[in-house]
Amino acid sequence: MLQSLVNGILLGGLYAIIGIGMSLVFGIMRLTNLAHGDLMILATYTTLTIVTSVTGNLWIAVAATILVMVALGFLIQNFLVNRVLDKGSEPALLVTFGVSIFISNFLLKVFGADNKIIQNSLASKNVISTEHLSISAMYLFSFLVGIAVILSLHYIMQKTYFGRSIRATSCDRMAAELNGVNTKRTFSYAMMVAMVTAAIAGVLVGSTFVFYPSSGTQYLIIAFGVVVIGGMGSLVGTLVGGIVLGVAQLMGGHIFGSAYQMLSGYIVLLLILAIRPNGLLSVGARK
Amino acid sequence: MKQNQVKTMLQVENLSVNYGDFQAIQGVSLVIPEGSIVSIIGSNGAGKSTLLNTIMGINKPREGSITFENQLISGMPTNKIVAAGVTMSPEGSHVFENMTVLDNLLMGSYLPHLRANKEKQLEKVFSLFPVLKEKSNQLSTFLSGGQRQMLALGRAIMTGPKLLLCDEISLGLAPVVIKDIYVKLKEINQEGITIVLVEQDVTRSLKNSDYSYVMLKGKIAMQGESSQLNQEEVTDAYFGMNQYA
Ligand SMILES: Nc1ncnc2c1ncn2[C@@H]1O[C@H](COP(=O)(O)OP(=O)(O)O)[C@@H](O)[C@H]1O
Ligand SMILES: [Mg+2]
Repeated sequence: MLQSLVNGILLGGLYAIIGIGMSLVFGIMRLTNLAHGDLMILATYTTLTIVTSVTGNLWIAVAATILVMVALGFLIQNFLVNRVLDKGSEPALLVTFGVSIFISNFLLKVFGADNKIIQNSLASKNVISTEHLSISAMYLFSFLVGIAVILSLHYIMQKTYFGRSIRATSCDRMAAELNGVNTKRTFSYAMMVAMVTAAIAGVLVGSTFVFYPSSGTQYLIIAFGVVVIGGMGSLVGTLVGGIVLGVAQLMGGHIFGSAYQMLSGYIVLLLILAIRPNGLLSVGARK
Repeated sequence: MKQNQVKTMLQVENLSVNYGDFQAIQGVSLVIPEGSIVSIIGSNGAGKSTLLNTIMGINKPREGSITFENQLISGMPTNKIVAAGVTMSPEGSHVFENMTVLDNLLMGSYLPHLRANKEKQLEKVFSLFPVLKEKSNQLSTFLSGGQRQMLALGRAIMTGPKLLLCDEISLGLAPVVIKDIYVKLKEINQEGITIVLVEQDVTRSLKNSDYSYVMLKGKIAMQGESSQLNQEEVTDAYFGMNQYA
């Protein structure tokens, strides 16, 4: 019981960082990025490739992956999404759907359908290991990274001109332009920040669980759950959403058996939606 | 008056703007002299906001040109026009509801060349509108209508404009509040900022401006120095009496 609770909370930190990029993109351009999960897994494969065939150093591989993903985020936003965003959110949604299908097929073609994992020294270690409770070093690390990413983003959003311009653009695009903000460029920057989080999430996920070219879908659903529970566009909400979903899954699995793990997560999601349709900590009412 | 000796700050020539097939503005020309307050009077739907939005680059002209300090700005993106020194307090204030009063004002100093000077500009805004200082840490959602309008003006001033466009800053406000805001507008003008005032109220417009244009159905129906214009004639032009009677 305690074990499930602790693991649920720790897993929640990882879930939060899976959801945060999606929440950010939705918050600023009202776009549901259906490619978010696949972009994450693309980052996972990128890290794996670099670490196995370029350098053995995982940290360098992660840094390189972040750069690749940021560049990709810029390209996707600038040459695909920005082109159609003025025509409403549906065409942009379809663009992200296309990107999603492209990435998962590309990964299948290049890497094959076999499962993979990023080898690392934390995976098999426990920080605490007693009769009643063991805490995996990897889970704890993911949790701490999740918290750190959310706190950094929170600081950037509240205290910097860049963060304020993102908030202003998400609130009122015309007014943001009237203050000198190039809002299309702000969209690109937001997508690039989202890609940084997707890259980090991808590496953490790939170091914790096995993955396949099709794993993106599974993480898209988790991201979706996190963001819906927490409230679209809220940073703190994303952390709360991640923890609620993680605890719901693992406690549900503990009580009803592991076959019900996913299901119990989504039952809690539906319950929360029924009570608070905008999520637990949604950004104030929109006009 | 002083119009003759001073430089032209903004010149609009033969401007036409469409929404689809609908001609919202047809062949409008006007001149805004540096340092002046120019009012644009017109009833609801006359095309005043469309004109200001087109100057700001939010709407694109179908025909005609807009020149600011000898620089062609029609066709430029809004953020570049702001960087050039034109700004607007939009109709309905458009404050950032999800931000505090202070963060709203800081958005006004977003452009990189303004950031070093932001403390000084903030002080200027706070001395114009002390209530904004009192409420600086509150979310702007909780401000009254008058305070919102002050915030929108303050935020516009933070951008360090040479030309400030004010779209119906008295809309829906109590008379005492309107009076207060107009006093502040005069102060802003005396600091050297040229002002374009869009209003529906004829008396208030003529009283608070050097020069006035009357707009009717997308065209300029009448113009002249505000002190010389006859209020009844303006009102007739405003409703289209003298042309379509
Ligand atoms: N976004 C728009 N799409 C279509 N028509 C518009 C739009 N905005 C304004 N109009 C029309 O253009 C005309 C001028 O509007 P506007 O410039 O807002 O007038 P004013 O500010 O003088 O009240 C009106 O007939 C209005 O209905
Ligand atoms: Mg208007």
